[in-house]
Amino acid sequence: MSVSTSMPDALTPLEREYVLLTQTGLPIISEPYKWLAEQLHITVEETLEMTKDLKSRGIIRRIAAVPNHYKLGYQFNGMTVWDVKDEFASEFGSAIGRLSFVSHCYLRPRHLPSWNYNLFAMVHGKSEQEIKQYQSQIKDLLSEVLETNRSELNPSLKSHDMLNSTQILKKTGLRLNRNGEPKGGTNV
Amino acid sequence: MRNRRCEPVELSTFDKQIINRLQHGLPVVERPFLEIAEELGCSEDALMERLQVLLDEKVLSRFGPMFDAACLGGAFTLAALSVPEESFEQVTEQVNSFEEVAHNYKRNHDYNMWFVVGTEAKDGIEKVIKQIEDKTGFPVLNVPKLEEFYVGLYFNA
Repeated sequence: MSVSTSMPDALTPLEREYVLLTQTGLPIISEPYKWLAEQLHITVEETLEMTKDLKSRGIIRRIAAVPNHYKLGYQFNGMTVWDVKDEFASEFGSAIGRLSFVSHCYLRPRHLPSWNYNLFAMVHGKSEQEIKQYQSQIKDLLSEVLETNRSELNPSLKSHDMLNSTQILKKTGLRLNRNGEPKGGTNV
Repeated sequence: MRNRRCEPVELSTFDKQIINRLQHGLPVVERPFLEIAEELGCSEDALMERLQVLLDEKVLSRFGPMFDAACLGGAFTLAALSVPEESFEQVTEQVNSFEEVAHNYKRNHDYNMWFVVGTEAKDGIEKVIKQIEDKTGFPVLNVPKLEEFYVGLYFNA
């Protein structure tokens, strides 16, 4: 089994420069791509084309603003985890991912007998009650496809759980280095 | 539980419009703010000015291209440790001392420490996991993503 997630799709030197110049953000000016084009020593048209190409390859997810969700009042988050029968995991993972209150949804490997959950969905809300309600909505959707027969393996295993964050111990963002490769990730 | 990083702020209707609209993504055009301003019925200058304030006040944490970390090269994983409460502080220091550890959260479960590991080399994860195990003395639960269904951080302001 793979021990990590990686993508083979390499960046060209110019694309790498693009990432280095924009990873902390675009300037808030009328023509941000003109600024970027000047930095890259290419035309605005070429910069826009490169941006569209990076988007179509999935390297750029979108050009957007990222709110500090705590400041918007979303002070509660829960990592809901589910033991979904393998044959249903992809189909139901897609459905859960489409829920508006889910920010991240991933399939991950089990490590039996200590860790039986394969589907992770992060939910955010303005109160503890709100995120518990989201958890129960997901549970309703998954009710038919949860694995409920793990007790022989390990009596303490449940079919689902929610892990709330109680403290941020470290938070550093993704940054590509001038002379090398990335140091850490956000969307993993 | 409550993360007391910062308290919620009061936002005007215009602020909320900006925050909600800009999370969805901007068109890739020469003057993206002009297009959005027309949608919102304000001037380009008014939009840019307010956007800059929201960034300065850290209501928005950033504005620009959102990159898929895994596409930038290197390798990533999510990992966890089950740490007894009496050792928690020490193990936190040990885990955080790795520059490859990007995020680390305490969570209410037997696996009570959850962190993201990112390495430059595509095969670097295994090595770092082993080093964390050696340093802390606890086995690491390594759960890299196998499939991604959705990553979108939309928060209605």
